[in-house]
Amino acid sequence: MTALAALIRRDIKIALRVGGGALIGVLFFLTVVVLMPFAVGPDLALLTRLGPAILWLGALLASLLTLDRLFMADHEDGSLDLIVMGRTPLELACAAKALAHWIAAGLPLVIATPVLGLLLNLDTLSTSAVALTLLAGTPALTFTGMIGAALAVTLHRGGLLLAVLVLPLSIPVLIFGVAASQGAISGLSFGAPFSILCALSLVSFVIGPFAAAASLRHGLD
Amino acid sequence: MLLGPYASFIVTSYAVATVVVVILILWIAIDYRNQRQRLRALDESGVTRRSGRNAADTR
Amino acid sequence: MGLINVEVDQLSPRSLWQIASSGWRDYQDAMTLIDLANPTKFLSLTARVMPWLVATTAILLAIGLYQSAVAPDDYQQGATVKIMFIHVPNAWLSMFVWGVMSLAALGTLVWRHPLADVTAKAAAPIGAAFTFLALVTGSLWGRPMWGTYWEWDARLTSVLILFLMYLGLIALWRAVEDPSRAARAAAVLTLVGAINLPIIKFSVDWWNTLHQPASVMRLGGPTLDRAFLIPLLVMAVAFSLLFVTLLLAAMRNEILRRRVRSLQMVQASRRVA
Repeated sequence: MTALAALIRRDIKIALRVGGGALIGVLFFLTVVVLMPFAVGPDLALLTRLGPAILWLGALLASLLTLDRLFMADHEDGSLDLIVMGRTPLELACAAKALAHWIAAGLPLVIATPVLGLLLNLDTLSTSAVALTLLAGTPALTFTGMIGAALAVTLHRGGLLLAVLVLPLSIPVLIFGVAASQGAISGLSFGAPFSILCALSLVSFVIGPFAAAASLRHGLD
Repeated sequence: MLLGPYASFIVTSYAVATVVVVILILWIAIDYRNQRQRLRALDESGVTRRSGRNAADTR
Repeated sequence: MGLINVEVDQLSPRSLWQIASSGWRDYQDAMTLIDLANPTKFLSLTARVMPWLVATTAILLAIGLYQSAVAPDDYQQGATVKIMFIHVPNAWLSMFVWGVMSLAALGTLVWRHPLADVTAKAAAPIGAAFTFLALVTGSLWGRPMWGTYWEWDARLTSVLILFLMYLGLIALWRAVEDPSRAARAAAVLTLVGAINLPIIKFSVDWWNTLHQPASVMRLGGPTLDRAFLIPLLVMAVAFSLLFVTLLLAAMRNEILRRRVRSLQMVQASRRVA
């Protein structure tokens, strides 16, 4: 267990350093949310209606942006080979890395949501709803995104391919995340989409590490 | 055969289907020809397969 | 069964796979049917079977087209129901081909079957083409039915996402230089996609009913009339045979391409030496 804990701590430390990429995800999130009103118009009523969707899209794109450094940095300095060859099962190591990545890159997005909600004229209830759904959904985004990151790690221009591979898999999370937020805001069904969102996250905790480990094993031969 | 007011949509559908299928067939056929050409060229330059058989033998 | 020494305390999913696949290998050695796995034998078999496949496909397509042409008009949609005879088989095939690729992916990852890689790579573009046809004919069917070329209904949206997944898969095949590494990466993505397809279908259905109470017209009742069902089934079988024919031809090309590649490497090493 200490090996995994050490891996998590190491990853978080690296990610939080300057140039580590974690906080730049939040910056990108902010940029996307700021750009939306310029595209959609300053009509506050419209922004309120679109608010949850804009926040979810911004979070999804921001987490996608930081995903390729999940394995890339380790691959470049050779530590990925060490992790693959190590005694800890590769599936658990991948899960640990994904967890660290979520703590360093996904959680800040959730924390930034209330602030950004102000820009979109969302009230406290709506913002909390969106933040809660993001809390439940960003792990799914990280863990499924890890599959694409593992597939693309050995490719030089892997970043774009990663996005293409991961986006179709993120669509269900997006659908249920926004639906749950809207459900909480309008007072209609929140429980159903939220439970499905949690279920998607739980499923990704299993599929993600297994698929990523398989990709790494086969890809680094 | 009366195709009704939306005849152009029906005809376009069948036309697109035909075009796509024909493109698939052509692409596969041209690829086949290219590979056989390359194998013949390799065979003529004297490269042999592990089993010693003719490189251009595709049966 | 071959002799495998596995310590009981080392039993892991990995060693269980090893036991299973070595058992399969022993079975393979004993069975000459598996000579089919030999690429050269596969090539000769394909050469023999191809003319029959082409002939049967052509005949069935001709019958199907004729039946589509003489099919009656639907009481709601008129003659545009004829588009269904192309749209539906292609939609079925787009999913069926992903199923075939998933089986091939298992062949690559679990059993290391030599033809599995070839099957998966050859099937991808053909599946993408069928998916594209499903989208285009669906769109052209939608214009008379709903008034717009694109409609975010559950079926079309799911097929669109499937199309994106096909394109991503093809991009992955092309991105990796070494064929067997590419095969293994593509195999993982195919299986992940296969698991996700039901999830995506369910999500899109759910999303669609949430935003849009039923607006898709049903074809004359819950069950399809025999006059429409028969041409549909004939076209479905015809397109399936078309897929098999194209797949075998594309597999043949892929085997030849690999042969070219290995011979070119021999040639290059000779020049150096």
